[in-house]
Amino acid sequence: MKSPATARPAVPGTTVFVPADAGSLSLGAEAVCRAISAQACARGLEVRLVRNGSRGAYWLEPLVEVVSAQGRIGYGPVSAADVPGLFDAGWLGGGAHALRVGDVEALPWFASQQRLTFERVGRVDPLSVSDYVDHGGYQGLRRALAMSPQSVVEAVTGSGLRGRGGAAFPTGIKWKTVLDQQAGQKYVTCNADEGDSGTFSDRMLMEGDPFSLIEGMTIAAIATGATQGYIYLRAEYPHAHRILAGAIAGAYEARYLGADVMGSGKRFDLEVRVGAGAYICGEETSMLESLEGRRGEVRVRPPLPAVKGLFGRPTIVNNVITLSTVPAILRHGADFYAGYGTGKSRGTLPIQLAGNIKRGGLVERAFGLTLRELLYEYGGGSASGRPLRAVQIGGPLGAYVPASQFDTLVDYEALAGIGAMLGHGGIVAFDDSVDMARMARYAMEFCAIESCGKCTPCRIGSTRGVEIVDRILEGEDPQRQVLKLEELCEVMVQGSLCGLGGMAPFPVQSALRHFREDFLARVSR
Amino acid sequence: MQMLSSAQSETVRRILTDHKDRPGPLLEVLHAIQKALGHVPAEALALVAEELNLSRAEVHGVVTFYHHFRSSPPGKHVVQVCRAESCQAAGGEALAAHARARLGVDFHQRTSDGKFSLDPVYCLGNCACSPAVMIDGRLHGRVTPERFDALLAEADSEACP
Repeated sequence: MKSPATARPAVPGTTVFVPADAGSLSLGAEAVCRAISAQACARGLEVRLVRNGSRGAYWLEPLVEVVSAQGRIGYGPVSAADVPGLFDAGWLGGGAHALRVGDVEALPWFASQQRLTFERVGRVDPLSVSDYVDHGGYQGLRRALAMSPQSVVEAVTGSGLRGRGGAAFPTGIKWKTVLDQQAGQKYVTCNADEGDSGTFSDRMLMEGDPFSLIEGMTIAAIATGATQGYIYLRAEYPHAHRILAGAIAGAYEARYLGADVMGSGKRFDLEVRVGAGAYICGEETSMLESLEGRRGEVRVRPPLPAVKGLFGRPTIVNNVITLSTVPAILRHGADFYAGYGTGKSRGTLPIQLAGNIKRGGLVERAFGLTLRELLYEYGGGSASGRPLRAVQIGGPLGAYVPASQFDTLVDYEALAGIGAMLGHGGIVAFDDSVDMARMARYAMEFCAIESCGKCTPCRIGSTRGVEIVDRILEGEDPQRQVLKLEELCEVMVQGSLCGLGGMAPFPVQSALRHFREDFLARVSR
Repeated sequence: MQMLSSAQSETVRRILTDHKDRPGPLLEVLHAIQKALGHVPAEALALVAEELNLSRAEVHGVVTFYHHFRSSPPGKHVVQVCRAESCQAAGGEALAAHARARLGVDFHQRTSDGKFSLDPVYCLGNCACSPAVMIDGRLHGRVTPERFDALLAEADSEACP
């Protein structure tokens, strides 16, 4: 692989990377970029600015990297006000400065990661097709085009890749079902409705390396005979939308999309459709309803989307990370990917550390790490400096895990073993100031806000749940209310039509199980 | 019920012409109307239903299902404060309380001078930089109450987004 330091040297001057993903921009990266231009201009220095994605080290963002003789030297977190001082310190030559973190890829936080899906994120210009190709892009599709559709599907199956959106269904099996359907219109859809709090890997990927998603979807299409793809993107991600639109246009121009993909004579068209702020549309059948322009209510399965999906046709529905991992599998082979991981959790997982955490960000590692390693070695413990008390894994429907269980492995089976779930790999940390009864209330409130109203346990149950927790918070006979709450949770789990009402009680039940004192020790007013 | 102005009506018709032959066009149409008019007026729904060959009930059902669509015009600036878990773990509730007090409105309301709408949002995907706020589609991370005030002042000093 070419070093990013040598990428595109056509324009003279020092290459400076300033991230332009929504997260870095939210911390002032745009002003930093303007300040660098202005200072360089005032000092008569030539600087070539590249807007990369984020490396995922958000505590260092905006993390500016200067390409010098010593490599790609990072400085962060940089504010616009720091920029004149950085020039004074000779940062274009890698000069010493309080913000200098050195070669980012040599930082233990980064060097110990195993970035397969996120290989290029933060290293390349996300809108440059040639940068993508220079960094191994489109080798997977090239291979796939030379293989039979069956062999492509077998490679994905053999890699052990499971759906990274949360359901963890084996990707290759889904694809095989679509491949086995009769020829005719088939679709590849990407679920980019990343609504779980604590997750941002889809956003980072789409904003940092959108071509890997486009390539993954194209491989899925080639493997199953689909000709049309849709990316269902949440409305809360306007910046990702802009970058995806630019990348798709670039892929069409370079003929990686359209009527003749890479000269193969095969067609694949791709467009982005924007959601409208409904959490349930992250569930695959409601996403399909929404794509068809309807209320995002879940469909009854069977039929599976792979048999009867979008507009009644066989449809692949995969998450952003799942699809973006496929190019690496095709490029390096199924065995290479399956060589990472543990048990039935093969490959790597992009884990997102969020909430009250010192070093929040993205860690991609093979399955097999413990929560403790993630929270303390990568995350550095709480941001507040207080002890961590609990983490919520897998979004608003995920269980709370107490500190006593931090030695659990972060993989599908181990988490299921303690009544938790991995979901999309987001971990939200809470310190000891958290009131778990309030978090239980929020879980019910969120369910009430997002309930589609179709079934009673979810629609009414969530509202009753909020009321019960409110009485507990008021100290109104908490013993009795807790029993009622447990009963209500059971009804919702057993009686709801879909995962929203059926899983919203999980955080409540886990809070009751591990933090009962927060419910019972309320002082009556 | 108020009628659409002729300009609004013209806009809606143009949007329908642009989108109606696309597969599953309703959400795209509603997005385009909201982008053009700032909200989706109830009076536009009959037109949409007719052109897309749907019942008005179906269109109403879709518009009201999704939190994103507004039935009345928003303030000049739309302020979205994340209320989800990661932001709660990092001081988001205090920030939400500050936002309400500072703007003098509750969530889902508009300030009386029409300058700001305050909306809750459930995750902006900036969870490593909680708490997060979005103003006029622009994301901000690690927002303290002081920074929130500065961002409002900045938005206020700008022209319409």
